Amino acid sequence: MSVRVAFASRSSRVGMALCAVGIVALAAAPFWGGRDDLALLSEVYAYVALASLWNLLAGYAGLVSVGQQAYVGLGAYILFAFAILAGISPLWAIPLAGIIAAGVAIPVAMLVFRLRGHYFAIGTWIVAEVFRLLAAQISVLGGGSGISLPAGLIIAIAPSRQLRDFIEYWIALALVVVILALILLLLRSRYGLALKAIRDSELAATCNGVDVMRTKFLVYIVTAAGTAMVGALIFLQRLRTSPDAAFSVNDWTAFVIFIAVIGGLGRIEGPIIGTVIFFVLRQTLADLGTFYLLMLGVVAILVMLTAPKGIWGLVVDRLGWQVFPLERRVVLDERSAARAPMAATDGR
Amino acid sequence: MVWINVILQGVLVGGLYAMFAAGLSLIFGVMRLVNIAHGDLIVLAAYLALVVTETLGIGPLASLILVVPLMALIGYALQRLVLNRTLGDDLLPPLLVTFGLSVIIQNGLLAVFTADSQKLHAGNLEVATVRLAEGVYVGALPLLQFIVAVAVIAALQFLFYRTPLGRAFRATADDPAVAQLMGLDNRHVFALAMAVSLAVVAIAGVFLAIRADFDPSQGPARLIFGFEAVIIGGLGSLWGTLAGGLILGVAQAIGAHLDPGWQVLAGHIAFLVILAIRPEGLFPKVRT
Amino acid sequence: MPESPLLAVRQLDAFYGDLQALFGVSIELATAEAIAVIGANGAGKSTLLKSIAGLLRARRDAIAFDGVPIGGIPAHDVAARGIALVPEGRGLFASLSVEENLLIGGQLKRSGPWNLHRIYELFPVLAERRRLPSTALSGGQQQMVAIGRALMSNPKLLLCDEISLGLAPIVVRDIYARLPTILGERVSVVLVEQDIVQALKVAERIYCLQEGRVALAGAAKDLTREAIAAAYFGV
Ligand SMILES: Nc1ncnc2c1ncn2[C@@H]1O[C@H](COP(=O)(O)OP(=O)(O)O)[C@@H](O)[C@H]1O
Ligand SMILES: [Mg+2]
Repeated sequence: MSVRVAFASRSSRVGMALCAVGIVALAAAPFWGGRDDLALLSEVYAYVALASLWNLLAGYAGLVSVGQQAYVGLGAYILFAFAILAGISPLWAIPLAGIIAAGVAIPVAMLVFRLRGHYFAIGTWIVAEVFRLLAAQISVLGGGSGISLPAGLIIAIAPSRQLRDFIEYWIALALVVVILALILLLLRSRYGLALKAIRDSELAATCNGVDVMRTKFLVYIVTAAGTAMVGALIFLQRLRTSPDAAFSVNDWTAFVIFIAVIGGLGRIEGPIIGTVIFFVLRQTLADLGTFYLLMLGVVAILVMLTAPKGIWGLVVDRLGWQVFPLERRVVLDERSAARAPMAATDGR
Repeated sequence: MVWINVILQGVLVGGLYAMFAAGLSLIFGVMRLVNIAHGDLIVLAAYLALVVTETLGIGPLASLILVVPLMALIGYALQRLVLNRTLGDDLLPPLLVTFGLSVIIQNGLLAVFTADSQKLHAGNLEVATVRLAEGVYVGALPLLQFIVAVAVIAALQFLFYRTPLGRAFRATADDPAVAQLMGLDNRHVFALAMAVSLAVVAIAGVFLAIRADFDPSQGPARLIFGFEAVIIGGLGSLWGTLAGGLILGVAQAIGAHLDPGWQVLAGHIAFLVILAIRPEGLFPKVRT
Repeated sequence: MPESPLLAVRQLDAFYGDLQALFGVSIELATAEAIAVIGANGAGKSTLLKSIAGLLRARRDAIAFDGVPIGGIPAHDVAARGIALVPEGRGLFASLSVEENLLIGGQLKRSGPWNLHRIYELFPVLAERRRLPSTALSGGQQQMVAIGRALMSNPKLLLCDEISLGLAPIVVRDIYARLPTILGERVSVVLVEQDIVQALKVAERIYCLQEGRVALAGAAKDLTREAIAAAYFGV
């Protein structure tokens, strides 16, 4: 009887097939949706990406940061700086934002990793505040009041507004797909096993020879790069940046955390479900203004207190579904299973 | 002479920061909880004082008689009804729940009081000055605020180390399970700690509101100042927290003197420098 | 067996998550009686005491104290009813001084024979060291603080979890020499020990636990060494 280790399960095979269909349908959105639809979907993608990155950071590596707005804002300012000061195409500035943010994240990590737990969280926030205040000092980029992207640079992306919308939409979709795929690959790699060991018990992981610090460091840098690219794209679509908007703790951290927790931490599907719930809430309660944000806080607290694994955690517990094939499962080889039907049930 | 005044201003403001920090430090010490909504609760206290002064027609300092017990009550209820359920090995639940509270308080205040800035008026106290030496004058209000801050820290120190309640706080912090064997109900002890924390928050909130304009968005910055003071001073030491507040205040005052835009930045930089060279803080509590 | 027991444990099961540590354990204890619970490492002795003290979940009627079912009620409630536990490993509060540790034991303010003065009389060495942090004491002295702290609540029932653990024989003898004074105040005692020789000197009756079950019970004088050894090691 031969046994092998596999990632896929029936639900995940169905899930991946649905994903592929979904991505194709979404890629075709410019042909079936209006301008507002594209804008909304782009925003959804940005939040899925930010929440997935935060989930990787906090849900897997246990690095509960409340300062990821540092990298959203950094990405935005790198894009505007390259575009305005060096005339580099905003599209090229997006990957540059990722690379530079990774470089910036190294010394930052060396500093904030000196703090543990909750103190790490607020430490990251202070770093983000430092970034925000520094950004407000850059007078060539508008200082405290911010700056708009010059028209010439916008037109350089594509001559017509429609085409620009399409390009930016596709980039947003591509970015979130790539980020999700990279997270999936990372979690399936050797580092993924280490991360899951850390998630389950940091002490046990250390005892089993996982270099916990190194793994955490790596995850911090990778998320910083991803977050900065998303930030660059968000503000490219907004065409305007300001320190308060780009480094907003509520927009880029509080909501992102709520999304990740409501959807379900430590699972890839969680942030996606969470983002959908977030936007459904927002579209239905938007008229209520500040009351909507208040409701969001209440929902997040209730989910944390009553279903700490989030909505997707409930689904997994009840139904055992997983869309993204992550868990390693021991399965019997089909042919040997046919020959040894008695053992087939043990193999599950 | 200019610099003496700058540093003096910083020291006096630092007292306020120490008050922000003391409540934060207290609950972290007792139950390892970092309350992200701490700053928003300070602002909430300021609004409570606003309502009390306007409805009763009394001064802001007199309003403390009502605001302090009210905030303590809110703290007790908050801990019993919500926060106790988040405590455990996992640090995410308390973080997320207090983050949620922060958003709720901010937007609740926004809905009720709008984004307009408000101020509490303390009459003559605001303009009176005290002459400390030739050419060195300080405002009566900042001086009073500083004296109150030192008194608050001293009172907390006394509570923590000289009273049965403080003993219960320390015992529960050391070992919550064994503390229960002594007949201490953890949920009650934690709630009392939060009540004390928010009583201090109430005092800090009222002084904040007399000193400058306030609006619903100011909470997070107060949380950060308090946090910086705690870390600069060193965890677990109340006098260290006072020193941390003063250092932060002086750093900000120096920054502001060089360029008004650098005030807060200078405080953050001081914090990061201390974190880099002395991560345990300047006056950490040494366990004998 | 006593007529109306002070403590009656009936068919107690205890769990750590999915792991069952006690299986239908029943024990009884009369007022002013001392019993010993013995058993090998991992037999479930500490689990039994923790269940009685309210630190672990239990069926409500699995534990009755003074005729009142108390199984699974919060530990601080159990303490208020007059049950004090000297936990395994002593569990002193590190940031409290010796005297503060004793005072916190007395914070329930139950009336009775024990107070600071009496504790210092029982353990004079603690009086000299009352200002020191509890961690600055020797192991034996720390154990005295733990016992004194439990007595400060004037319990009707004192549960002692391996008070001889890690102490030199002479220190153990010294501590055991004070037990008659404690028993003289009509407090009931459950002594958990691995070292049976000490326990047998004080206890009138013995329960032997083995893998979470009562393997043997009886009056100390009626049990042969062979019977105890058999129950202890499960041979
Ligand atoms: N905190 C715990 N979590 C899980 N299992 C435990 C825990 N404490 C004890 N156990 C298990 O319960 C059983 C009984 O333990 P315990 O009551 O401590 O034994 P004893 O005190 O007799 O040495 C043992 O198998 C032990 O491994
Ligand atoms: Mg034991």
